[in-house]
Amino acid sequence: MNIHEYQAKAVLKEFGAPVAEGVAIFSADEAEAAAKSLPGPLWVVKSQIHAGGRGKGKFKELPADAKGGVRLAFSLDEVKAHAQDMLGNTLVTKQTGDAGKVVNRLYIEDGADIERELYLSILVDRTVGRPAFVVSTEGGMDIEAVAEETPEKIITLPIDPDTGVTAADAGKLCDALELSGAAREDGMKLFPILHKAFVEKDMSLLEVNPLIVMKDGRLRVLDAKVSFDGNALFRHEDIFALRDETEEDAKEIEASKHDLAYVALDGDIGCMVNGAGLAMATMDIIKLYGAEPANFLDVGGGASKEKVTAAFKIITSDPKVKGILVNIFGGIMRCDVIAEGVVAAVKEVGLQVPLVVRLEGTNVELGKKIINESGLNVIAADDLDDAAQKIVKAVKEGA
Amino acid sequence: MSILVNRDTKIIVQGLTGKTGTFHTEQALEYYGTKMVAGVHPKKGGETWSSGVEGAAELPIFATVGEAKEATGADASVIYVPPAGAGAAIIEAIDAEIPFIVCITEGIPVADMIKVKARLDKSSSRLLGPNCPGVLTPEECKIGIMPGSIFKKGSVGVVSRSGTLTYEAVFQTSNAGLGQTTAVGIGGDPVKGTEFIDILEMFLADDETKSMIMIGEIGGSAEEEAAQFLMDEAKKGRSKPMAGFIAGRTAPPGRTMGHAGAVISGGKGGAEDKIAAMEEAGIRVSPSPAKLGETLLGVLKG
Repeated sequence: MNIHEYQAKAVLKEFGAPVAEGVAIFSADEAEAAAKSLPGPLWVVKSQIHAGGRGKGKFKELPADAKGGVRLAFSLDEVKAHAQDMLGNTLVTKQTGDAGKVVNRLYIEDGADIERELYLSILVDRTVGRPAFVVSTEGGMDIEAVAEETPEKIITLPIDPDTGVTAADAGKLCDALELSGAAREDGMKLFPILHKAFVEKDMSLLEVNPLIVMKDGRLRVLDAKVSFDGNALFRHEDIFALRDETEEDAKEIEASKHDLAYVALDGDIGCMVNGAGLAMATMDIIKLYGAEPANFLDVGGGASKEKVTAAFKIITSDPKVKGILVNIFGGIMRCDVIAEGVVAAVKEVGLQVPLVVRLEGTNVELGKKIINESGLNVIAADDLDDAAQKIVKAVKEGA
Repeated sequence: MSILVNRDTKIIVQGLTGKTGTFHTEQALEYYGTKMVAGVHPKKGGETWSSGVEGAAELPIFATVGEAKEATGADASVIYVPPAGAGAAIIEAIDAEIPFIVCITEGIPVADMIKVKARLDKSSSRLLGPNCPGVLTPEECKIGIMPGSIFKKGSVGVVSRSGTLTYEAVFQTSNAGLGQTTAVGIGGDPVKGTEFIDILEMFLADDETKSMIMIGEIGGSAEEEAAQFLMDEAKKGRSKPMAGFIAGRTAPPGRTMGHAGAVISGGKGGAEDKIAAMEEAGIRVSPSPAKLGETLLGVLKG
C-alpha cells in the first residue's frame, strides 16, 4: 500500500526524522491560511499523488508552458495562485501513464536552502534476505538513470536484523554520502531512525529523494515515498487509515475487499486464474496469440464459491472486456468450487461475452460435470494452449 | 533417487487441525501412504486428529514441535499456520532442529521472514517456502498441496517459483511420457528459505534426474543467479538438458502481480533479462506455458 508524501513525512517525523514544517490542504481556500502558519518567505506547493516525477509533470488542463506539479512560491499570493492552478487538474508524469492523476490534495511546505541533494532508500535486499540501505551522492534525480549511467555512484549496505544499524554502519553511510560536520552528526542519528521506522511500520520501500544538506549544514528529508507490506497491514491500523482510495482503480478496491489479487490492464480479455504464476502466464499466452489481457486476477488457494462469484462480477463489470478466460489448475483450489462459483455468477449477472473455461487438477471431473450440466453457453478447453486460442478466436470473431 | 523427500520421510503437521491442514493431510495420507506422523497445536496437545482415510485414521497431536519430534522421530514438518503466526511456527521448527521445514502459508509479512532467515542462517535446518506448494516425489511422498494425480514417476526434476505453473510442468512432462523424479515449489515470496540454486545443485547431483525444468517469474534476480550457477557448473562438466519458462512478460512495471515477490521495480526484475540469462546458460525457454513438455522433449531429441 502506498501513501502520500505528506503522510510519509508525518510517519517519519514521529520517529524523529528532520522534515520541514508543512500543511496538507484539500481546497484552494485553505491555501493562504496554510502558508501563513509556516515561517516563509519561501514556500513549496506540492501535488499529492501516488506517483513520482511530479516536478517535471504537466497538467493536462493547463497550457503546455505552465509549471509542473511541484512549485516554489515567494509570496502568499503565489501560493494561492498555484493552489488554484493545481487542485482538481490532472497531472501527467512519467509514472502516471497518459491518463494522469487528478490532484485532490496539496502539501504546502516551508522552503529550504539547498546545498547538496543526496539519494537514500531502504528496501528488502532479496539476495541476502535483509533490509538494505541504497545511497548515492547523486540525489534529486531519477535513480534509475544514475544506476544506468554511473552505477559506481550507488552504494548498497544490508543491515543485520539482529543488530540494527550499528555505529559502523551509520559511519559507512556518512562516508558514502560524503557527510561532514553537522551533516555527519545528523546522519549518524538519522540512519538508525529511518531503519527503525522501516522495520517497525513494516515498510516495503522507504525512499528519500532527495535527502538534502542545507546551507546551514544540517540534513533534511525533502521528499519521502513510502510503501507498506500489504501482508503486514493487519498489525498497523494507523497506517491502514492513511489509504487514499481515490488513488486506486475502483475494481481493484472491490477486489481487495474480497481478498483477491487483481490488477487492471488495458486489453479486452478478462482472466480468472488460480495462482499468481499461472495468472501471469495466462496473460502472457493471450498476448502470444495476438490479443491483450484486460486484467491479472488470482483467486488464490482455497477460494470459496462466494469469492469466485465476486471475482467473476469484477471482471464482467469492466466495459472493456469482450471475452473471459477462466483457467484453473486445482491444487488447493478445487475445480468443483470454481465451477459452482462461475455458474452462480453467470446466473446472477448474465453473460454477454464468450466464456472459455479450462479446468485441470483436484476434482476436475466434478468441475467439468457442473459446468456441462449448468446449461450455460460455455466453451470448454482441453489445455491452456487450447483455451488461449479459443478465447482469442471468439473475441476476434465477435468484434 | 529423488531429492529432499522419499518414502521414508516422516512428517509432522503444524496447523493440522484447521480446515486446510486437515484436507491436505488426508490427501497426503492417500498419496502412496506418505508418512504423516503427528500434528502440533499449542492448545490441543494430547488430543487426537481423525481423518476420513481408512487404515490411517488418526494422528496424535502434541503441544510443541519438540515433543512431536521426540515422540515420532520426524525429520520434516509442514506448516499450514495462518500468516500472522506462521513466522513463529517456522522458528519453532528451526529451534526444534527439524531438518526439513516446508511452509505453505501465503501472506507472511516480509519483516517476519527476515527474522526467520536470520535464525535459519545460524541453523542446520532447510526451509522450503513460504508461499509454496511444497514438494512431491512420485509414488513416495507428498508434502504440501500439489495434486498427486498428475504425477508420474520418471526422470525430470521440476523447480518453480509458482505453484500452479509447477503443476503445468508436471502435467505436461507426465503427458510427454517423461515423468518426474521430484517436483519442488520454492515459493513466490521475496524472502524465502530455498532458492533455485539449492534445488538445481540437488538435481545435478541426483543420478535419476536426467533433465530439468525451471520456472521463474518477474521480480528479483534469482533466475539470473541460477543461470550463472548453471554456467559455472557446466564449465566443471556438470550439466543436464533443461527447459524453462518465465511468467510475467506482459506484466506492467511497478505492480505486484499476486506473489509478493513478483514485481518489476526500479527497472529490474523484468522477464526479458531473465529469459536472456537462462538462454545464455543453455536453457531452452518456452514462449508458451503450455509447451513446457514439448520444449523439453525437443531439447532431449537434440
